[in-house]
Amino acid sequence: MTGTWQLIRLALRRDRFLLPLWVILIPLFPVGVASSFAGLYPDPASRAAFAKSMDVPSLTAFYGPIFSSDLGALTAWRSSLLLVIASLVTGLVVIRHTRAEEEQGRRELLGSTALGRQAGLAAALVLVFGGSLVLGLVVALGMAAVVPGAAGAVALGVEFTAACWLFTGVAAIAAQLTQSARSARWIVGAVLAVSMLLKVLGDSGGNVDSPLSWVSPLGLLQRIRPYAGERWWVALIVLALTAVAVAAAYALNARRDLDAGLIAARPGPARASRLLGSPLGLAWRLQRGVMFGWALGALVLGLVLGGAVDSASNAFTDNPQLADLFERLGGNAGVADVFLASLFSIVGIVASAEGVQIALRARAEEAAGRAEPILAAAVGRTRWLNGYVLLAFVGPLATLAANGLGTGLAYGAASNDMGQVGRALGGALVQLPAVWLTVGIAVALFGVLPRFNGVAWGAVVFFLLLGQLGAVLRLDQWALDLSPFTHLPRLPGGDLTITPLGWLVAIAAALTAVGLARFRARDVPA
Amino acid sequence: MENIISVGGLRKTFGQTVALDGLDLEVRRGEVHGFLGPNGAGKSTTIRVLLGLLKADGGTATLFGADPWRDAVALHRRLAYVPGDVTLWPTLTGGEVIDLLGRLRGDLNPNRRDELVQRFELDPRKKGRAYSKGNRQKVALVAALASDAELLVLDEPTAGLDPLMESVFRSCITEERDEGRTVLLSSHILAEAEALCDRVSIIRAGRTVETGTLTELRHLTRTSIRADLAGHPDGLASLPGVHDLVVEGDRVAFEVDTARLDEVLRKLTSIGVRGLTSTPPTLEELFLRHYQDEAATAR
Repeated sequence: MTGTWQLIRLALRRDRFLLPLWVILIPLFPVGVASSFAGLYPDPASRAAFAKSMDVPSLTAFYGPIFSSDLGALTAWRSSLLLVIASLVTGLVVIRHTRAEEEQGRRELLGSTALGRQAGLAAALVLVFGGSLVLGLVVALGMAAVVPGAAGAVALGVEFTAACWLFTGVAAIAAQLTQSARSARWIVGAVLAVSMLLKVLGDSGGNVDSPLSWVSPLGLLQRIRPYAGERWWVALIVLALTAVAVAAAYALNARRDLDAGLIAARPGPARASRLLGSPLGLAWRLQRGVMFGWALGALVLGLVLGGAVDSASNAFTDNPQLADLFERLGGNAGVADVFLASLFSIVGIVASAEGVQIALRARAEEAAGRAEPILAAAVGRTRWLNGYVLLAFVGPLATLAANGLGTGLAYGAASNDMGQVGRALGGALVQLPAVWLTVGIAVALFGVLPRFNGVAWGAVVFFLLLGQLGAVLRLDQWALDLSPFTHLPRLPGGDLTITPLGWLVAIAAALTAVGLARFRARDVPA
Repeated sequence: MENIISVGGLRKTFGQTVALDGLDLEVRRGEVHGFLGPNGAGKSTTIRVLLGLLKADGGTATLFGADPWRDAVALHRRLAYVPGDVTLWPTLTGGEVIDLLGRLRGDLNPNRRDELVQRFELDPRKKGRAYSKGNRQKVALVAALASDAELLVLDEPTAGLDPLMESVFRSCITEERDEGRTVLLSSHILAEAEALCDRVSIIRAGRTVETGTLTELRHLTRTSIRADLAGHPDGLASLPGVHDLVVEGDRVAFEVDTARLDEVLRKLTSIGVRGLTSTPPTLEELFLRHYQDEAATAR
């Protein structure tokens, strides 16, 4: 462990902006939701009505069960998706300070100094455990300030810290398994995805303590039940799991060579396949795994949620008051259509994240010096960039189609109406113009401000927040209109209006054209 | 003789940093041209301008008589490039990268590719992330040498190669020249340039300080002479161009400006020569002289 302290200082120096931002930003969400709910539902009766209206399978599948109509419990429920984001980011930070360092060869340089072999891992863990602890503390303090009940505030803080700690453990193991940081990140993402899937399956059935939810780490964390009869022993289980994961990571790290993973790299082909002969072929080769992953995930999600739609709409039609409310919210369509349309608007944002991920690969290639040999061959700038741009447009198309298909098939099978497949496909694919516009932002940034290409992620998060929180925070229409997703027709059920779609596509095309033109005129690498 | 590369007064700045400050470079058809300079002198920047990757701020640069920025794609069909810092795609094998680059250039010679893979003892089945620096370099070298390009642009191509592979590289370059190809070889390894280059350009701080054949450049430096003479070396010390003269009886050791060599040798033979060793100036000395100048001006 010699040198751990120096490495911690190095990591703090590298993350000096990111870490504080992270520790402050995440807690803002639950605290904001709590004060918004306190204003919207000031008395227990209105909260009970709200809780009842939200207690439908398609929502509990995502957010988990509503354990109580207490203000704090509702806040914890509404913030539960944030646990996924918090866990994911923590995992990525762990990989960034362990396997990524090793893969880049910086670990080797440091390792030649007086540094223990566990020091790198130990420093990353201390950093992330410490950061997560502060994050949980800020959540607890913030909640205590706006919601009565100290125990609940502490429990919600514990829930966040425990989520981060558990996925710190997962990421620490993943970092030992593979040689590349990229694969390690995929392992963390896959664990989260499986955990989410188990939770969705468990929590959509209406059973508050379904075994599937208990097996899912995310489901387990929610069952700490802040503000709803706190179960502290669940937190102890999570801590025990974390300890086991960390011990396993240390054991693996002690046994392996520097730079080696437990999953050994296999030799590949000595010759390139026919496909690998153009910039597009190369981009496809580099991105196909990512694209298949997104499409498959979207298909599975569609199958799961499509099955839950019918029971959800039944729950509403049983309650005429609520059905009336949703009629008003969603126009003249059926309640099921309202659900499908809101579902697709979330999937639209997810698909735009895929598009941005693919588009940003161009910048990663350039920054790593891998664009240079391609551009030094007989390949023009436009042709090179178009490989990535094309996939960034087509990838989300495939993902949305897979999601629409899955949703339509499952819903159609449940409701004995296979005509739903076409309607669901329409509802999913109508998101494309807004997704393309987001991709266009990434491409334009690549051409104009390549060093700030990552800001495109900010656009995705901004659109997500506007869509999810805009109504809750009662933002003005002009603010909501900033998101391209606001302008999409709500399908199925709503009217298919072509004009806004045409505008969105035109803006997406213009942004892409600007990106391409500026890229042709600038230095490489810039 | 026709110029393949012709650069005049080239300027390029990155923010506050001046990378190229009026650089000149001429590479003739069929020659191996050494492009020499310490790290950070502007070698890679010049090459990137010639490849149309960077846009020059001033001066002229032509490649095959055309503009490298405007006609990049057409020009790139006629050249092959090995970057100074080879990074490979972590998930692609070396063999795949060689094929990919060859196809993008449009002229991969499969027989030559296999022959080069063997000569460089490269395992083409390994993934990019598994290669050492030297092996990454070999992948880029095989990809470039397996082409039928008229011009090879090599940016410090032997960095990371072991001595055995370095000698394979040298014989490859000699073969390329014998086939009439032009090579621009950027390097700071002077032995390599001395062994391979017909002409060299030495640059420092973004400017060309010397250019010419090695013979021409040697005129600018001193040759070391040791001689056993028949008599006492009277008057040798007063000859212009003689430096650091040491006399031990009839034995002398001194350095002479290469331009004055003829005169000095005449003087020696007039005294009578029993034994003589002469060491020609190395590129190393040439390089050091400019380097020391730089250190002196910096002071």
